Amino acid sequence: MRRGWFLPLAAALGFVFLYAPIVSLVVFSFNENRLVTVWSGFSLRWYGELFRDPQILGAAWLSLQIAAISATIALVLGTLCAVALVRFKRFRGRTALAGMVSAPLVMPDVITGLSLLLLFVAMEGLFGWPSGRGMLTVTIAHSTFCMAYVCVVVQSRLSDLDLSLEEAAMDLGATPARVFFDITLPIIAPALVSGWLLAFTLSLDDLVIASFVSGPGSSTLPMVIFSKVRLGVSPDVNALATIIIGIVALGVVAATIFQLRARPKRARA
Amino acid sequence: MSTLDADLPPPRQRPWSLIERSLAGIGLSGRALVIFAPALWLIVFFLVPLAVVFGISLAVKQFGRPPYTDLLTAEDGTVQLTLHLSNYIRLFTDALYVNAYLNSIKIAAIATAIALLIGYPMAYFIARTQDPWRNILLMLVILPFWTSFLLRVYALAGFMRGNGVINNFLGLFGIPPLVMMQTDFAVYVGIVYTYLPFMILPLYTTLVKLDPALLEASADLGAKPWRTFLSVTLPLSMPGIIAGSMLVFIPAIGEFVIPSLLGGPGTLMIGRVLWDEFFANTNWPRSAAVAIAMLVVVVVPIMLMQRAQDAVVERRK
Repeated sequence: MRRGWFLPLAAALGFVFLYAPIVSLVVFSFNENRLVTVWSGFSLRWYGELFRDPQILGAAWLSLQIAAISATIALVLGTLCAVALVRFKRFRGRTALAGMVSAPLVMPDVITGLSLLLLFVAMEGLFGWPSGRGMLTVTIAHSTFCMAYVCVVVQSRLSDLDLSLEEAAMDLGATPARVFFDITLPIIAPALVSGWLLAFTLSLDDLVIASFVSGPGSSTLPMVIFSKVRLGVSPDVNALATIIIGIVALGVVAATIFQLRARPKRARA
Repeated sequence: MSTLDADLPPPRQRPWSLIERSLAGIGLSGRALVIFAPALWLIVFFLVPLAVVFGISLAVKQFGRPPYTDLLTAEDGTVQLTLHLSNYIRLFTDALYVNAYLNSIKIAAIATAIALLIGYPMAYFIARTQDPWRNILLMLVILPFWTSFLLRVYALAGFMRGNGVINNFLGLFGIPPLVMMQTDFAVYVGIVYTYLPFMILPLYTTLVKLDPALLEASADLGAKPWRTFLSVTLPLSMPGIIAGSMLVFIPAIGEFVIPSLLGGPGTLMIGRVLWDEFFANTNWPRSAAVAIAMLVVVVVPIMLMQRAQDAVVERRK
């Protein structure tokens, strides 16, 4: 195909747009100066300050716990939902279930957060549970909206799946549960991993829903970052962002290499 | 296919057969459980909350815990139902709310169009690149996708600030600093910046499937490159354009973080209005009414549109 200059140039500018702010943030995280944008020498000072800040460390630990638990709940419920929608063609309420599970994908965060908060307040008034708001309520909220994403990921993998494998197992006398655990689950495992990771990241990243449903003393990491950023420049947020971006970059690079390695193997089979 | 037999594990007693039998014992099949568990969760934590929001939107603010009036009150042995429509009347009569809804739709639509204009050439370029470059470029699109949304907005704020990188750079050439932060412009840039990967990925998926033979055929028949683009590439990439645009437009409408960190006090967006109504004014019923209106005006049409689109796709299969 003939190549013009337009596409490469547009793509290059696009990538500069995507990366310039991130790169500048990473560079200035090593800046000695308190003024985030005036360079006055290399320093790891803000990293040191970050690790001495109990508020950030506590919030980070809370967020990681919430993300791990809610990603796991979302994985189980989302997978069940995907199996129900893909494998059971007809059952009463199928349309309703499909609608309910996909609705959080288009639901603005402010509505999800507000509606769950009002539910928790009403439930506390009626049954006395959950008493107060904190880690439990944030975990429930995150599980609910992450479930939708897991369901979509697993659903698309399940509907691509070759049915003859499951049918063969069934013909050989395996019970439906056995077929699911021995045949279906190993095949959809990659989708489960990416679904869990997606849910984990979404939970770790959520500011709006957590702000509504968390209580005093249980601020998640995004909530702490948001309040710091709102007050103005804070170089330790740059350091924190650099660490997070570094971890994500390592993960994405590893996943890409893993995929590239796996490809020739599949081609041979 | 002989390898398949060898791969099958030998029949063994597994714990789940025990679970299965005990469930059958109490009259529950595995199938019912698979449907029941997620359905119950969604009813309790998705459907009921929306009903609660609707209920509270019909109350009015009062001082106390909880800060809204009861809908049902028992007086002299009779139960009284008090519904207030004042919140909804306010939504229609106060220009603030109407403007916020219209402005959110406008900002989201324009930002989506800009993201499409920037994302399309990028996706097309990646789709036309050969391995291993293609994978590297895709990785560069996916990386921001997994990176914290809030931190990327923060990075952009640092970039556009009065004494930020852009203005320092312009200063080198003696250009006076531009005011970019706290403007609608910053909100547009913010939405395009954060949601660009959502636009590129679906576009890439449709463009990479495009058969080059079609483009060659078009060229052989004498079409100029732009003509081929308009009458072959563009129509064939329509599913990607629609999917990408929805992925940018939908979250952009209800956006709170971007207008509050990048926009000015005059940047009205409905997500921010709801947030302020709740946190700054502690008017729970009013914010509930804003949410219900948002649901009716924005979310329901989008869901109906997606359903219609899915139905069209199903029929084409």
